[in-house]
Amino acid sequence: MASSSDDELPEEFRRVPDPSTDVTRIDASGAPDARSPRPAPGRRAALPRPDRREIAAVFAGGALGTLARAALAEGFPHAATAWPWPTFAVNIVAAFLLGYFVTRLQERLPLSAYRRPLLGTGLCGGLSTFSTMQLEIVRMLEAHAWGLAAGYAAASIAAGYAAIQVSTAIVRRVRVRIR
Amino acid sequence: MNVIVWAAVVLIGGAGSLLRFYADGLVSSVAGRDFPLGTMVINVSGAVVLGLLSGLALTSSQSLLLGTAAVGSYTTFSTWMLETQRLTEERQYRKAALNIVVSLALGIAAAALGRLIGQQL
Repeated sequence: MASSSDDELPEEFRRVPDPSTDVTRIDASGAPDARSPRPAPGRRAALPRPDRREIAAVFAGGALGTLARAALAEGFPHAATAWPWPTFAVNIVAAFLLGYFVTRLQERLPLSAYRRPLLGTGLCGGLSTFSTMQLEIVRMLEAHAWGLAAGYAAASIAAGYAAIQVSTAIVRRVRVRIR
Repeated sequence: MNVIVWAAVVLIGGAGSLLRFYADGLVSSVAGRDFPLGTMVINVSGAVVLGLLSGLALTSSQSLLLGTAAVGSYTTFSTWMLETQRLTEERQYRKAALNIVVSLALGIAAAALGRLIGQQL
């Protein structure tokens, strides 16, 4: 992935994202779903049947991410009062990847109808999970493992946030160097 | 754990991700994109359902398919972190802090409440 944008598939190329237009709008939301605000008519040629492509991409990425997370969860079961390594690992890895993909897709690559749904909404969204983390915290609290619960919540948030920061910075540093 | 169960994990994971995709689009179109409310609604609603499932006496396959695959793929940690980090990049520190604290507090409360309800059923 860490290559110049020129060697990416030219078939999807519509225009180089211009940070002064709708790209900043997408960035402002930070929402990694592909339902970015539709550009005004005429600003960008409509991609052929983008919705069907988006749907297939979200489904495929989500299926793959979920399979990986479920395999880890089944392969490494843990007691309620043990550190939930499978959930912790997939969440931090998914955060790192999402920061990388989204920053690169928004700021480096031409607009594409399916890459963000596939890699961001699908793969990273399916790989990471919020609900399992909350249930794990509730189980720790039920077992009166207060310190573990607080430590797990704090470590997940701190590491997840840091993962986004680092992967975003990596993409931007590459961009500056190529310029 | 046979092949059929794992094939179902794949299909359900894709479906759960699609549900998140649509739910986020729906909430965002109603509430706007100034605050990442879509992800918060998804995560808290998923937490209550997973809590409820955890209170039921499910077999390991049922738990894998309904909990890990369906609800797990519907909710997302990575988007929650990305949206928070992007808010701080824009110096929207109050919104970023709110996004963390409210999601966490509501998420834990939702999972606990769902678990309580599930245990009563």
